[in-house]
Amino acid sequence: MTEYFIKRIFYMIIVIACVSVLAFIVINLPPGDYLTSHMRELAMEGGTVSEAQIERLRARYGLDLPLYQRYFHWVKNMLQGDFGRSFTYNRPVRELIIERLPWTIAISLATMVFEFIVAVPIGIFSAVKQYSIGDYIFTVLGFIGLAIPNFLLAIVLMYIFYSQFGVSIGGLFSSEYIREPWSLAKFLNLLKHIWTPIIVIGTAGTAGLIRTLRGVLLDELQKKYVITARAKGLGEKKLLFKYPVRVALNPVFSTLGWMLPAIVSGEVITAIVLNLPTTGPVFYNALMDQDMYLAGSFVMFLTVLTVVGTLVSDLLLVWADPRIRYD
Amino acid sequence: MADFLSGEEQQAEQQEERSLKAQIEDQEYYTASQKELVWQRFKKHRLALFGASIVFLFYFTAIFAEFIIPYRIFERDRQYVHAPPQRVRFIDDQGQFHLRPFVYPLSTERDSRTFELVFTEDKSEKNFLYFFVETEESYSLMRFFEVNTKLFGSENGRIFLFGTDSLGRDLFSRTVYASRISVSIGLIGVFVSFILGCIFGGISGYFGGKIDVLIQRVIEFLISIPRIPLWMALSASIPQDWGPLQVYMAITIILSLVGWGGLARVVRGKLLELREEDYVTAAKIAGARESTIIVSHLLPGFMSYLIVNLTLAIPGMILGETALSFLGLGLRPPVVSWGTLLQASQNFRTVARYPWLMFPGIFVVTFVLCINFMGDGLRDAADPYK
Repeated sequence: MTEYFIKRIFYMIIVIACVSVLAFIVINLPPGDYLTSHMRELAMEGGTVSEAQIERLRARYGLDLPLYQRYFHWVKNMLQGDFGRSFTYNRPVRELIIERLPWTIAISLATMVFEFIVAVPIGIFSAVKQYSIGDYIFTVLGFIGLAIPNFLLAIVLMYIFYSQFGVSIGGLFSSEYIREPWSLAKFLNLLKHIWTPIIVIGTAGTAGLIRTLRGVLLDELQKKYVITARAKGLGEKKLLFKYPVRVALNPVFSTLGWMLPAIVSGEVITAIVLNLPTTGPVFYNALMDQDMYLAGSFVMFLTVLTVVGTLVSDLLLVWADPRIRYD
Repeated sequence: MADFLSGEEQQAEQQEERSLKAQIEDQEYYTASQKELVWQRFKKHRLALFGASIVFLFYFTAIFAEFIIPYRIFERDRQYVHAPPQRVRFIDDQGQFHLRPFVYPLSTERDSRTFELVFTEDKSEKNFLYFFVETEESYSLMRFFEVNTKLFGSENGRIFLFGTDSLGRDLFSRTVYASRISVSIGLIGVFVSFILGCIFGGISGYFGGKIDVLIQRVIEFLISIPRIPLWMALSASIPQDWGPLQVYMAITIILSLVGWGGLARVVRGKLLELREEDYVTAAKIAGARESTIIVSHLLPGFMSYLIVNLTLAIPGMILGETALSFLGLGLRPPVVSWGTLLQASQNFRTVARYPWLMFPGIFVVTFVLCINFMGDGLRDAADPYK
């Protein structure tokens, strides 16, 4: 077990190294470097930069070095906590990430919990009552849920609420609470807003989970041990939850790993439409303004987030399912 | 003659007839090729059949888009800015039925306070729809044929089935024409990832060993990246001065570069299973080259799986393109795709005012839904153990 654990951590470090290369590529893909964009920005505002200042920034980000050396320079800076500077926000990238990333993590986790709470009972119901009206309704709803792009669902929800009730459901807080310190009222206000992004992001994942669970449980229910248990007179409820459901939940847990990238993806795009205080809108603006240190760092962090999440889910699975081998 | 037969004999005869029929059916079943079997199973799946027909309808409209749309996609009309969709009617105001469908023409007025155009249906006139109408100018259909017939049109005044956009362009024409880009990007993207998936999955599954481990790690890495942020980052770096075709190709490649991992896994898994089969050993002993074995002995064995997985990969591509274009990072206007058309509905206040701007969204959802139905049916049909 410990050996497996160490091996996985080692793999994760390699993956994160690959991610950093990817993020570095993203930063360097657009023509021109950070300084040219920065100076263009300054010139547009009518300001000027002194030669000395340019030289200082050049040295700090190693912009004169050849590409591969620049990469190591960038990694070195990053390990020291310097992710570069965002010129659109005129703040260190690190601050922006610390401000925004926790919200992305919180919403992603909440969505994950939501998906399980909704999908597990419905999946079990659909399998037990296969071909009932309820099963058909959930199947159709599930298919529609898979087909609607997140951003469209967000707009439709906003449209319905705006045209029917005259309320705007964007953001995470009402305007009067945004600058307030945390309080019970603010928390309640958050609960009032947070369900929209959770539903929007979670719909597709929930639909997928229901399909998986239903399929596996249907296979499981046809197995001989279920018939034996029934023949011996075991109550239907106990029969269902004691073995088949537990077995059917395993593949569901193992999908945790690839659920997370999908949720983070959905979170980014939903946040842009709903204007949430998470990574999405900042990342989007960074891309639009070619503020590449910011954009690259977000690619890096969002990916590290899913990679770590996958690792945690795999380890949990090993812990939960004794049949899984450690090699 | 039947009168003379007793009930028992009659029954026996019927039974014989039935068993004969069953025998013929059995024979047909056993001699049927794999393709026929799949098709027979697929036919039983009503929802899948329905989905497949809608999907083909979409591809058909995409191919003959110029013929189906009543107006050119850039044709502006200042008089009809943000005009609402006109309802096609058969029964008029007086309750009279007309066999030929018609719309009530829109009369425009400017609101004296907001200076906005206000549209009301003018019920005194009827604007009848005619099919296969001649147009004044000829247009080129699929760039090859000069045609001057359109699917439908009206004699006086214009018809806006889906309303118009902020420049007074007919949204129906634009949405239908946009399906050409949106629907084809899924196909081409899947084709590219199919090739990548086959190459890498094939190498991985056939040779095994260290190459296999390496490719599997790369795939795991690709799968663990959140797709949309990466797509956004890559497409944001497409230079602004690239032409529409270049951007289109770039987006397709970006979409498939991230998406081939899943396909490669399917190929590999199936190859690992098949390469242990006796006929592969036989081919090896007979001295067949490895590429021959892969292409002519192994690939046909899991073609059905591949087709199913390809079908199910199309929606992801289409949704990806739509999302990117919606955000303004993918295809750019004047190129029309469902995503670029949906850009107009980015602001929900605009949508609340002009809900018909969401029509392209209905196209996206319908198309993806039907492909999923079709793919699900194909998966069940291709599985011989069900």
